[in-house]
Amino acid sequence: MPKSSSKKEKPVEELSYEEALAELEAIVSALEDGQSQLEEAIRLFERGQALGARCGALLEAAELKVKQVVGEDVTDFEEESE
Amino acid sequence: MQSLLTFHLPQFSIILLPMQFSLFPVALPQTLTVSKLTFLIRKLLEENESLQDVWVQGEISNLSRPASGHIYFTLKDANAALKCVMWKTSAARLNISLRDGLAVEVHGKIGVYEPQGQYQLYVDQIRPVGEGALYQEFMRLKAMLEAEGLFDPEHKRHIPELPRKIGIVTSATGAALRDMLNTLRRRLPLVEVILAPSSVQGTEAPPALVKALQSLIYQSPDAIILARGGGSIEDLWAFNDERVVRAVAASNIPIICGVGHETDFTLCDFAADLRAPTPTAAAELATQITIQDLAALVSNFKSQITTHIASVISSKRNELASFSSQLRFLSPARLIQSESQRVDELSRRALSALVHRIRLQTKHFEGTQKRLAALSPLSVLGRGYAVVTRKDDGSVVSRVTQAVGEMRVRVSDGEFEAHRK
Repeated sequence: MPKSSSKKEKPVEELSYEEALAELEAIVSALEDGQSQLEEAIRLFERGQALGARCGALLEAAELKVKQVVGEDVTDFEEESE
Repeated sequence: MQSLLTFHLPQFSIILLPMQFSLFPVALPQTLTVSKLTFLIRKLLEENESLQDVWVQGEISNLSRPASGHIYFTLKDANAALKCVMWKTSAARLNISLRDGLAVEVHGKIGVYEPQGQYQLYVDQIRPVGEGALYQEFMRLKAMLEAEGLFDPEHKRHIPELPRKIGIVTSATGAALRDMLNTLRRRLPLVEVILAPSSVQGTEAPPALVKALQSLIYQSPDAIILARGGGSIEDLWAFNDERVVRAVAASNIPIICGVGHETDFTLCDFAADLRAPTPTAAAELATQITIQDLAALVSNFKSQITTHIASVISSKRNELASFSSQLRFLSPARLIQSESQRVDELSRRALSALVHRIRLQTKHFEGTQKRLAALSPLSVLGRGYAVVTRKDDGSVVSRVTQAVGEMRVRVSDGEFEAHRK
């Protein structure tokens, strides 16, 4: 699995939260598996750390996006501030 | 006992009246204690089924709510009054606020409070006047839609634990929307909210709700919240409208219904995939996994990979240590050491053998030398003797007859020539 994934790995900063979390989860199970070569394991670990940081940053910065449907379109919704 | 229960009150009056004039009241078998009589009256009322499940309409007066939590009031109309009690447990389920003068329909059973000799209504439900008709309509529609299978549990769709997009159908201006957005913001700000604003009460509400639902479904969110804040049963009535209920049941996207308060049930609640007691609760049920859960998951993953990589490295290190100790064991260094020790040993033995030998030789040599010295003629010469040899043939002259011609005489420190005359 790690071999093929390394072919077309997206830079961590371009991943959505879900993508980053899914890949992080896959890395955890690959490492748990214990089958990887040392060098590969270290590469996975570094990638995993970056993914974890990416997820944390995305969670930190998350802001609720609210839109509304108008007919068949979706536009931004202005909340009344109170 | 049983036969006494069939007595009617007027008969008692007739029998009891003469008692007051009797000199021997004990002789009369029909004389009862007050308690006994009150008990009989209580039995009479409480065994009448039509008095044990009754709706009564009237106006509230003398409302009193002591600290005990029970509610006491008098229900009255133009000509009569009825004492009413509502116990704390029933009062807790009350969803309208009571006040003197309020026209209501109350449900309960007639009973007797024996210490006061007072009959009263023990109330378990109170609804505003006119609600009865709505309730009938509600029950009729509910039975019909239920029979059609609209509320069947096997039609319920699964609510996703971690939605990315949540649709909301509610009033754009109500507190319910603000509460829901705050709840979503607090629990899962990663989510995208799509609002389909709709009017939520009045005659225009049902078609507006249906249209809002349909335009939201077109946006295919992961879940839809259908919500409205609390209100009277009339206010919430749009959520019992057949068109709305059918639209909710027909949705291919899971719908969470949070209308009114915890005690309000609408037909949309039954048709929806999940009922929430309030709009806020609906927003909570729509976000079963919160951002805090996700953060915990990420940090858990992070610590897992750290643990795993540490264990990979430590197992590789152990492997290496075990190989190098094997290698050390197999190394020729040990052999070389032991060989060189053997060489050292041998050379040490060789050397000592040699020394021994030399010593022996030396001793032997010294002995020989001594013997040689003892045998040497020179030592005799030292005592004054001389060795005489003939010059012609070198023979030793040991007799006088041999002493002829030129001779050599050797003494201890040299020699000289001699001539016999």
